[in-house]
Amino acid sequence: MPTVSMTVNGKSVSADVEPRTLLVQYLREHLGLTGTHVGCDTSQCGACVVHVNGESVKSCTTLAMQNEGADVTSIEGLADGDTLHPMQEAFRENHGLQCGFCTPGMVMSALDLVKKNSDPSEKDVREWLEGNLCRCTGYHNIVKSILAGAQALKG
Amino acid sequence: MTATGIGAPVRRVEDRRFLTGNGNYTDDINRPGQAHAWILRSPHAHAKLAKVDTSKARAADGVLAVLTGADMAADGVGGLPCGWQIHNKDGSPMLEPGHPPLAVDKVRHVGDQVAIVIAETRGQARDAAELIAVDYDVLPAVIDMDAALAGGTLVHDDVPNNRCFDWEIGDKEATDAAFANAATIVSIDLVNNRLIPNAMEPRAAISDYDRTSGRHTLYTTSQNPHVIRLLMGAFVLQIPEHKLRVVAPDVGGGFGSKIFHYAEEAILTWAAAKVNRPIKWTAERSESFMTDAHGRDHESHAELALDADGKFIGLRVATKANIGAYLSTFGSSVPTYLYATLLAGVYQTPAIYAEVQTVFTNTVPVDAYRGAGRPECTYLLERLVAKAARETGIDPVELRKRNMIQPDQFPYQTPVALQYDCGDYPASFDAALEAADYAGFEKRRAAAEKVGKLRGIGISTYIEACGIAPSAVAGALGARAGLYESAQVRVHPTGSVTVYTGTHSHGQGHETTFAQLVSDTFGIPIENVEISHGDTDQVQFGMGTYGSRSLAVGGPAILKACNKVIDKAKKIAAHILEADVSDIEFADGKFTVAGTDKEMAFGEVSLAAYVPHNYPIEEIEPGLDENAFYDPLNFSFPGGCHICEVEVDPETGDVEIVGMTAVDDVGRVINPMIVEGQVHGGLTQGIGQALLEGCVYDSDGQLLSGSYMDYTMPRADDVPSYAASTKSVMGASNPLEVKGVGEVGAIGSPPAVINAILDALAPLGVEDISMPATPQKVWQAINGSTIRQAAE
Repeated sequence: MPTVSMTVNGKSVSADVEPRTLLVQYLREHLGLTGTHVGCDTSQCGACVVHVNGESVKSCTTLAMQNEGADVTSIEGLADGDTLHPMQEAFRENHGLQCGFCTPGMVMSALDLVKKNSDPSEKDVREWLEGNLCRCTGYHNIVKSILAGAQALKG
Repeated sequence: MTATGIGAPVRRVEDRRFLTGNGNYTDDINRPGQAHAWILRSPHAHAKLAKVDTSKARAADGVLAVLTGADMAADGVGGLPCGWQIHNKDGSPMLEPGHPPLAVDKVRHVGDQVAIVIAETRGQARDAAELIAVDYDVLPAVIDMDAALAGGTLVHDDVPNNRCFDWEIGDKEATDAAFANAATIVSIDLVNNRLIPNAMEPRAAISDYDRTSGRHTLYTTSQNPHVIRLLMGAFVLQIPEHKLRVVAPDVGGGFGSKIFHYAEEAILTWAAAKVNRPIKWTAERSESFMTDAHGRDHESHAELALDADGKFIGLRVATKANIGAYLSTFGSSVPTYLYATLLAGVYQTPAIYAEVQTVFTNTVPVDAYRGAGRPECTYLLERLVAKAARETGIDPVELRKRNMIQPDQFPYQTPVALQYDCGDYPASFDAALEAADYAGFEKRRAAAEKVGKLRGIGISTYIEACGIAPSAVAGALGARAGLYESAQVRVHPTGSVTVYTGTHSHGQGHETTFAQLVSDTFGIPIENVEISHGDTDQVQFGMGTYGSRSLAVGGPAILKACNKVIDKAKKIAAHILEADVSDIEFADGKFTVAGTDKEMAFGEVSLAAYVPHNYPIEEIEPGLDENAFYDPLNFSFPGGCHICEVEVDPETGDVEIVGMTAVDDVGRVINPMIVEGQVHGGLTQGIGQALLEGCVYDSDGQLLSGSYMDYTMPRADDVPSYAASTKSVMGASNPLEVKGVGEVGAIGSPPAVINAILDALAPLGVEDISMPATPQKVWQAINGSTIRQAAE
C-alpha cells in the first residue's frame, strides 16, 4: 500500500493507504479526525468540506494520494485551544446548527467565502452555500451566522 | 426570568463539541477488532429469490462470513414488528404480512436486503458482495395504488388486493345528512407527494457481542434506543433486556426516519454473535434513499359542505395511503390516528367522516416523517377551504374566521375523537395577518404586476395533536406500547445534577432546554446540570423523541423527579435546621425555615444526603436521586397560522417565495432561540415538499429520485429568511404548559405555499397545481390556462 504524507492542521502526518482511499477516509479512518463527515456519495451535500492549500474542497471527491504534500485544515484545526474561531463562535451565538452533522462543512465553506468576499450580502451567502445541504436549520440561522462571522472577522 | 432559566435564549450547551468536530456520531465510533459489513440489496422491485449462491463471496479476500435470509430463518429469527394495530371497518384486524430482516422467498422493493457480507475492511465486503450470484425470478412490480388495489400482482401472497386495511372514523350518517342539506358542496382531489426524509447523517450501526457475558451492544442512529431494544429484543432476536444494550449517541437528524426498527440493526446484532466480532455498517446515501422509510404519499378525494351562510356543516374524505412493501414500525398509525383525527382543523365542522385504505406496493415502506399525518391532513383541509372561498366568493380570511373554534369553546370535542384542550385560533390568525401585512398585499400585487410578475398570497391555519401520547388512549386506538416518558434526576453530593431522560436529542437541543428547566427548578447554575440520553444502560427507560413529545412528555417527567428531590431535600433540611417540614420553603436554591433566617443551600442539603451524619435516617434513606415516569392525560395541541407570499415569473414558471410568516401557538417557551430554529427547519421542509421534493418511481419500481442529483433538496438559495414568532396560550394538559414545536413548521407551510401560487395564478383561471410545484408544472399550468390562451 502506498504511503501518503501531508500536513493536517499544522502537523505532519503519514499513513499507508489503499490507492482508492478518499481524502475524507484518510482523515476519518487513518487520522481519527472524525469531525469531517460523509453525508452523501455524489459530492452534493458538503458535510466533508475541508481546506486544501487554503481552498475549500469536498474531501469525498478527491483521493488521499492526490493530496500528497498538501496543507489540509479540517474543522478540528480552527479553534485556538478553548477559544472558538470567530466563525465557530458566530454559529454558536446565532444558533446556526442543530444536529451538528452538516456544521463542520458549513463552517469550512463559510470561511472560504469570507476569504474571497469579506463583506458578503445575504444573497451572496445563500448562493455560496449551493454545495452545502442542511436539513435541520432551514438555513435561516446559518446565513445569519455567516454574516455575523464575516463581520467579526473584518474586526 | 434568570439569564439561563425558563424563557431565556440560552446558547446551546451541545454546540461546542459539534463546532469543533468533537461530536460522537455512530460512524465516528470504532470497536476493537471491528469487522465491516456490506449489505447486498435487491436491484429489482419484485422478484422471487430462486437461489443465492454465496460460495465465491465467502472465498474472497478478507471475508469472514456471508449470511442470507435462509441462515436467519434457520436460527429462528423473527420478523420486524409493527407497533400499531389498526382495525378494518368490519372490526377485523389489519393484515400483517411477514417482514424478514433478510429476504427469504421474495424481494419486494429495490433496496430490500438479500445478504450481508462481513469482512476485515469495508472495501473487501463491498467487493465480495459483487461475487454473490443471485438468481432472481423477476415478477411484475406494482407501484400505482389503484393498480395495487385491483389485485393483479400481489406484494404479499396472503394480502388480497394488496389492501392492508380499510379503516374509517367519524359519523357517516350524520355527515351524509349534512351534505344532503348543503347550500354548496366543494370538492377536491389531491395527491400528497411522497417524500424522502434525508437526515444528513446516513443510518449506521455497530454491533458488539461479549461471548463471556452473552451481552449484545448495538450502537445505532436511533431517535429511541429503548424502543429498538424492546422491539428487536422481544420480537426479532429474543434477547432479554438485561442482555441487550442499545446506544444512540449523537444522531445527525431524524425527522421521523430514525424512529423505526430497521432490518440492519437486527442483522448486525445477530451476525456479530455468529462471527464473534464487532461489526460496523454505515449506509451510503443511495442506500438511505432506498431503505429509510419514506413519508406522505396519499391520494385523497375530499368534499366540504357549506350552508348558505358559509358555515362548514360537513366534511367527507376518502384517502388511499401507500405504505410501501412492508408495514414499518408505525406505518399503520400515520395515515389513520395521526391524520384523520385532525380533520376538524381549527374549525367547528360538526360532522366529519373519513375512510382510509392503505395499500402495499413494491416501494420502500412509508412511515412517519416530520408531522406524520398532520401535514397530509392540513394540506387537504386548507386547500379545500381556499377552494371553498373561491367558489363561494367569500373572502378567505372571512371564511376561516366565520368557522373558527372560539377561545370560549374549550375543551372542544371534535367529531373525530380528539378533544382540544385550549387555544386561541383567532388570536394567532390575526397576529399572522398583521405580521404578513396581509392588508397591504394588493399594493404589492400591483407593484409586482408592473414588473411582469404574478404575486399571490396564501394562508394556512393548522392544528396538530402532539405530546404523543396518553398511553391508555393510544392503547385503545391500537398502539402496542405505552407512550409515557421517564426521567431520573441524580443530585450528586456537591450539588451538581445529572439528568437521565428517555427522550433523545438529534438536533433539538435537549441538553440545553432540559438543563434550563432543571436549573430553574432547583435555582442552581445551568453549568451544574448535565443531561444524559441515548444509552439504555444509563437511562432507566424511555420511549424516545418523535411527535413533538420530548418537552411535552419528557419535560414533565423531569419536573416530577425534580419535585421528588425537593420533597426529600425539605425533610433533610427540616431535620438539620430543627424545624417542621411544613415550615421549610424552597426558593432560589435555598431551603429556609419560614419566618426565620435559618437556611441551607441546595448543595449543603445534597451533601448531607450523601454524608448522613446528622440525618433523619429512620424516616428517609440516604442519597438524593429520584426517578419519575409521566404519562400525559391528553395530547397537546399546538396550532397557528402560516402565510406565504410568492412571485411567479409567468415566462419561466419559477416561483420565488418573497415572504413566509409563521405565528405558532406552542404553549410555554423554554428557549425562544431553539423554538424559532425548530420552526425555521420545519418551514423549509414544508417549502421543500411544496416546491421541490418528490419521490419518483418508474412503473418497474426503480427509484428514479435516488440521489441528491435527482431528488431536489431545499438549498440555501431556494428559501427566504423567515418571520417566525409565537402567540401562545399556555398548554393545559401538562404541568409545564408546553405544547411542542418540532413539527409545526412542516405542517402549516405546504398549503400556504400552494394557496399562494394558486392565488397568483387565479387571474389566469388556474385552479389546481400539485406538489412539488416545479417551474415546469407552473409554466404548463400558465400556458395551458384557457384565459391566457384566449388572450393570445
